[in-house]
Amino acid sequence: MPYTLTVNGRATTVDVPAEMPLLWVLRDVLNLKGTKFGCGMAQCGACTVHLDGEPTRSCITPIAAVGGRKVTTIEGLSADATHPVQQAWLANDVPQCGYCQAGQIMSAAALLAKTPAPTDADIDAAMSGNLCRCGTYLRIRKAIHDAAAMRSNVARRTADAELTPTGVISV
Amino acid sequence: MQAQMNRRGFLQVSTLAGGGLLLGFYFRPTLDAQGPPAPAPLSPNAFIRITPENRVFIMAKNPEVGQGVRTSMPMIIADELDVDWSAVQYEQADVDQAKYGQQFAGGSTGTPTNWTPLRQVGAAARQMLIAAAAATWAVPDAECTTASGTVRHASSGRTLTYGAVATKAAALTPPDFATLKLKDKTDYHIIGTRVHGVDNAKIVSGQPLFAIDFMVPGMLSAVYQKCPVFGGKVVSANLDAIKALPGVRHVFVVEGGSDLTTLAGGVAIVADTFYQAKTAREKLQVTWDEGPTASQSSEGFAAEAARLSTQAPAQWTRRDGDVDAALASAAHVAEGAYMYPFISHAQLEPEVCTAKFENGKLEIWAPSQTPGNALQGVSRTLGIQQSDITMHQLRGGGGFGRRLTNDYIVEAAWIAKVVAGTPIKLQWTREDDMAHDFYRPQGFHYFKGGVDASGALVAWRNHFVTYGNGPQTAPFANYGAAEFPAGFVPNYALGQSTMPLGVPTGAMRAPGSNGLAFVIQSFIDELAHAASKDPLQFRIDLLNVPMITPPAPPGGGRGFGPVFNAERMRGVLELVREKSAWGKTTMTKGRAMGVACHFSHQGYFAAVADLSVSADKAITVHKVWVACDLGSPVINPLNAENQVQGSVIEAMSHLMNWEITIDRGRAVQTNFHQYQPTRIQQAPPVIEAHFRETNNPPTGLGEPALPPVLGAIVNALFSATSDRVRTLPLAKSGYTWG
Repeated sequence: MPYTLTVNGRATTVDVPAEMPLLWVLRDVLNLKGTKFGCGMAQCGACTVHLDGEPTRSCITPIAAVGGRKVTTIEGLSADATHPVQQAWLANDVPQCGYCQAGQIMSAAALLAKTPAPTDADIDAAMSGNLCRCGTYLRIRKAIHDAAAMRSNVARRTADAELTPTGVISV
Repeated sequence: MQAQMNRRGFLQVSTLAGGGLLLGFYFRPTLDAQGPPAPAPLSPNAFIRITPENRVFIMAKNPEVGQGVRTSMPMIIADELDVDWSAVQYEQADVDQAKYGQQFAGGSTGTPTNWTPLRQVGAAARQMLIAAAAATWAVPDAECTTASGTVRHASSGRTLTYGAVATKAAALTPPDFATLKLKDKTDYHIIGTRVHGVDNAKIVSGQPLFAIDFMVPGMLSAVYQKCPVFGGKVVSANLDAIKALPGVRHVFVVEGGSDLTTLAGGVAIVADTFYQAKTAREKLQVTWDEGPTASQSSEGFAAEAARLSTQAPAQWTRRDGDVDAALASAAHVAEGAYMYPFISHAQLEPEVCTAKFENGKLEIWAPSQTPGNALQGVSRTLGIQQSDITMHQLRGGGGFGRRLTNDYIVEAAWIAKVVAGTPIKLQWTREDDMAHDFYRPQGFHYFKGGVDASGALVAWRNHFVTYGNGPQTAPFANYGAAEFPAGFVPNYALGQSTMPLGVPTGAMRAPGSNGLAFVIQSFIDELAHAASKDPLQFRIDLLNVPMITPPAPPGGGRGFGPVFNAERMRGVLELVREKSAWGKTTMTKGRAMGVACHFSHQGYFAAVADLSVSADKAITVHKVWVACDLGSPVINPLNAENQVQGSVIEAMSHLMNWEITIDRGRAVQTNFHQYQPTRIQQAPPVIEAHFRETNNPPTGLGEPALPPVLGAIVNALFSATSDRVRTLPLAKSGYTWG
């Protein structure tokens, strides 16, 4: 049945089964490949997106449960990879294989939106649902601290709730 | 020990369409007399493209699964070529080993086997560009220098960009590699610098990059249900009911064969979308012929290993001196039965492969670590000539050795051939991945050792109970005769017995070593404590014993050595002693350091872990130091540190939670909830990597940092608690990460 979603600031309608996970709607219907499939049961966090700013595992979120909440994916976090978290990830050369990193970045961005100057304990608590099989956790911690410093130094150019739409979404 | 490779290089150049230089390079590997025969002569290929606009494209030849070769291999060429890294763009090579030479991501071999050939490619191209510029100016080549993609003639002050002379250079005869002068280490401007991953911008912005992201127009989605018991066959299935489900286009039985590395039997479902295919699969009912191994279980294996341990080993791998006499006369004796379990790779991207079969031609897009083997396996299984197969390399979301085996690629190719004309993407689930891995083999070790009154290690006996048939061990379930401390103990005996196994095994990051370093470095620690010696000094003392190299076996061959270099191992132990302030740090109750060292993949590694243990057995790892000797230079220190840190984190996963148990012939664990990798809150705040740069050619770092960490942590656990844990994972003994 048809569902109207707001994905990365753009309204779109998809006609899919009610139980279809948001992950697969994003990847296979809206062709947004940045959100990744890792486990299908909210154990790894590779599929993390924001629903009204809340980090959410899209692999276990049926499309019918999204409702009117705004969906933000890694593609919509910033127009040109300039979100402080993305910049900090680049500056710290965080990735190894890189597969989990979109989910990591989405969790980190949600953390900083609520906790602008997180401690290591804050970071560990907020990021504990995101596995990095390659083990880049030390760089993830450092990058989140760096992103926090960037946000406090620079006027917040982009409020997380007002993301710039990206590209063309075809249904 | 792997044969050393020597290569003679050959060059071929041609002019790019639209001008510019296309430097073809091909090399002919020649293996030493005792190695396998050299492959057939190779044909030309292109590694460097320079456009008239001075854009430099460098081919990344090998598979990228997170180890960093898409960055490091172009770095090596670019340095000798003398261009700025910022001017370089990489291109991912397709699979064609006749053109590109070996394309392989395993055994930490990428760096050592490509280090010299790739420098020669860059140096040869630079020399040709100089020659072209010198001819333009009618000056001797020797008066010209290069920098930043530009040829300079100092005395006249003239310059030409590489792009300006690229077309002319392409017409020149390439230099003989023997005449090339490669840079001195002090002249590197890219090698040894901290270079960021070439795909990072795509990764942080979520652009399509990985194998799972790949799309072909008109593509359908496939899933494949195999028998939960390894090698089982389909007897019957409710195909008609599945065919009627939404979106399902095809459903069929695949007979498969007995070789699980290519094509096991199963049921394929092809639908419009993955969600439809997966949903249909939930309704699939299959009657299986589970085959002869359906009664195997971890309990049964353990009982059989215990029974075998009471008997003499079925065979001896190595015997030096007289172990029984030495044990009888030893001042102190230690004894211990060790076990490490089957484990699964758990790379985060489940297996995925896209394939299209049309008009007799097959095209494949996959993240294989062994694309050459994939081509062979597909060709053999499907009966398609390799010349009719095109294979593209996509970035893999982790490898760790899982993608050395190409079963999922053969499955995708088979399905594509059945639905000929329509491209398909085969997508495994996490459950597929955990149920159908090629697991790190379980191993049982029954040790007894002794030290003399001076504390020297004089006797070492190990009965290794592993899997296989008679003397033939299951893949990567072997234990070599040269494995340390063999050669450093006058009375040494390694025996082996095998048990039959239906569980497929394979290489996992630091294969062999990832089990052996745990048991060997633990037992060395037991002996150090038995001798009342400092465990780090005990290892140094052991390495100071003149190495015993037994005579070569009858009929020739290499014997057992002498690849192991004791000085290099002492070097990393001394380095980690200094960096960790070993023996100089006052520890509170329940807190301790542990040490271990291990040689693998041509690298020498030592690790120290500092941890504390609470009364309820929660372990907090405060810090880990890893000292590395992988020759010099370290190609990309920024990535090298990341690899070392990742190795520590992975070692913690092996230690605490990872175990695949077998019941009724199948894997019990299904997903991460039963197979927890290390999470961020468990990661130590600091992991230091220290590189001891020795005057040896650089070797690989994907694997060898991991094994010593296993020993360092369990040895620290013993020092903190007096609990010698000899069975992994630690969770079985009641431990958790704090």
